[in-house]
Amino acid sequence: MSESTITTASPAGARATLPAIETVRLTKSFGTVQALRGCSFQANPGEVTALVGDNGAGKSTLVKAMAGVYDPDGGQILVDGREVKITSPQVASALGIETVFQDLALAPDLDAASNVFLGRELRMLRILRDQREMRRRTASQFAKLGVGLVQDLRVPVASFSGGQRQSVAIARAAMWARHVIMMDEPTAALGVIQTAKVLELIHTVRDQGLAVIFISHNLPQVIEVADRIEVMRLGVRVARFRRGEADLDLLIDAISGAFANDTSDPGAAGRADQLDEGVQP
Amino acid sequence: MSRSDEPQMQGIETDTWQQLLRRLRSAPVLATFGFLLALMVFFSIKAPGKFNTGDNLTRLAQNVAILTVVSVGTTFVIAARGIDLSIPSGIILGEVFAAEALRHISVTTNGVPGKAIDVSARDTNAGYILAALGAALLAGLLIGLLNGVIVAYLRVPAMIATLGTLGAGLGVALIIRHGVNVASYALEPVANAHVIPGVTNLILIAVVVFVLGVVGLHLSVFGRHTLAIGSNEEAARRVGLRVQRHLVKVYVLGGLANGFAGFLSLAYFTTTSVGGHTTDNLQAITAVALGGTSLFGGVATMFGTLIGVWIPAVLKNGFIIIKVNPYWQMVAVGAVLVLAVWIDQLRRRGQQR
Ligand SMILES: Nc1ncnc2c1ncn2[C@@H]1O[C@H](COP(=O)(O)OP(=O)(O)OP(=O)(O)O)[C@@H](O)[C@H]1O
Ligand SMILES: [Mg+2]
Repeated sequence: MSESTITTASPAGARATLPAIETVRLTKSFGTVQALRGCSFQANPGEVTALVGDNGAGKSTLVKAMAGVYDPDGGQILVDGREVKITSPQVASALGIETVFQDLALAPDLDAASNVFLGRELRMLRILRDQREMRRRTASQFAKLGVGLVQDLRVPVASFSGGQRQSVAIARAAMWARHVIMMDEPTAALGVIQTAKVLELIHTVRDQGLAVIFISHNLPQVIEVADRIEVMRLGVRVARFRRGEADLDLLIDAISGAFANDTSDPGAAGRADQLDEGVQP
Repeated sequence: MSRSDEPQMQGIETDTWQQLLRRLRSAPVLATFGFLLALMVFFSIKAPGKFNTGDNLTRLAQNVAILTVVSVGTTFVIAARGIDLSIPSGIILGEVFAAEALRHISVTTNGVPGKAIDVSARDTNAGYILAALGAALLAGLLIGLLNGVIVAYLRVPAMIATLGTLGAGLGVALIIRHGVNVASYALEPVANAHVIPGVTNLILIAVVVFVLGVVGLHLSVFGRHTLAIGSNEEAARRVGLRVQRHLVKVYVLGGLANGFAGFLSLAYFTTTSVGGHTTDNLQAITAVALGGTSLFGGVATMFGTLIGVWIPAVLKNGFIIIKVNPYWQMVAVGAVLVLAVWIDQLRRRGQQR
């Protein structure tokens, strides 16, 4: 296991709970592009962990590795402290991990309920879809999210607005997540009301004990909702903050490389101990 | 949960008549259905007492039965954003396998030893028929499995993969039969007898297959997964569908439909047709596309496919009856196909953002 979890957890008196999900020096390359260069990351249950970083920092790649979409080249993924191989999206689902992907990953020709229940359909007579019940549950999930869908629920999501489509993806993830929910820029296309609802939802699922991973470029929003912030730069984590430790300027410094305080970045290992003092309680 | 705290949103409750009407109006399949009805009315007026007779309509139904079976399978394949050009080889291998099965069953008729393939329609029995059916389905299964594995796992484009199995399958059929057809009356009752008075079994079978197709595509989880994969394969994968395995199942389903059509063809025409059925793939794809199923996957209707099967058949039959050169049917079908898909494209472009 990496020193990051041990050194951060033990001196303060062993933390009661293990991280819900954690990556240790994860690497992933696409041809010559090194998207992840030994990236460590952790998200604790009952916390909102924001993941921030510049375009191309590797945030989506990290999320996809934890979602079973990409097979990492090296490093480890731990769920509740146990190493797991998330070799496919099915494995992630079985672990209670759900994701709102940046590209949403919806089937545009299908209606909202079919998308929300895709792969987990409610059945009648074992092989038939219980479309009515799926629609009903989708509608109440939308109501919770404050999504006013003007259209008939039967229309394909291709005819939805960008924000409505995003809501479908969020509704789906929220419906099935039991342990970890990862949201890759979930509010990018949302209106004010829907954004507030999503932030509310984030707090609700956090209070239910789930680990929420929240990616956003909206830094004031991040500072507002996150219990912890982890900053990625060029495929590694460079900084981590608890709530209240980072203001906008510090966050921008971390994103742009002017500030680093992370222990697990191989390059920063030498000065790790002193810097870490400032981060951990 | 009580009713009152549920959100008011359309589409959750059962349709009201108004909603149903609105849905129908927005459904492209209705336009095609209207066109088919218009054609039938036109020919009925032009040739009263000839086109619109029970006999003629039954004959029409009989003529389209085998293509209906094939097109039901093809609808699934195209819904998944695939294509199956190997239909003729599935059909002919189905016929040939069925014939071979019959050729290997020894029978004694009135004390004379022989083979099941040579028995008359009167002397046949369920055992022979089931053996032939099993063999035909096996042929369809094999070719469908091959298609599915090549497309889903080897990632060869479906057009090329099934073009390959088309040629290879026809070759195998010719090798097995040494290029000669064989006749058999053993299966004739399957097609030409009546379980229901006035409706030949062939028509009945086509209706049953169609209904199974409707349930399979529109009401079952399998059908929904097929459409999801056709709509966005990556999204289907990310929610945990086993996309490759499902695609294999879809091609196997298509193959089984083709093999079954071969069985029906042998029963109906009482001979194998090595060298025949060569345009059945194009006819099936035409029917599916005419019906409003998108060749880009994700959107499909089984009712549309049925209409798409009937339009060319009605045109041909009607032209013969009103003494227009029946080759005009080919021209008309070509024009209607392009027109129908164009209109559908316009509609979709208007709908999508
Ligand atoms: N499937 C892929 N094939 C090739 N390169 C990829 C792929 N996915 C990501 N990359 C590359 O990996 C790097 C990290 O990309 P990633 O999408 O993880 O960044 P990100 O932090 O999510 O950025 P953004 O904020 O713009 O969403 C980029 O250089 C990108 O080009
Ligand atoms: Mg991204």
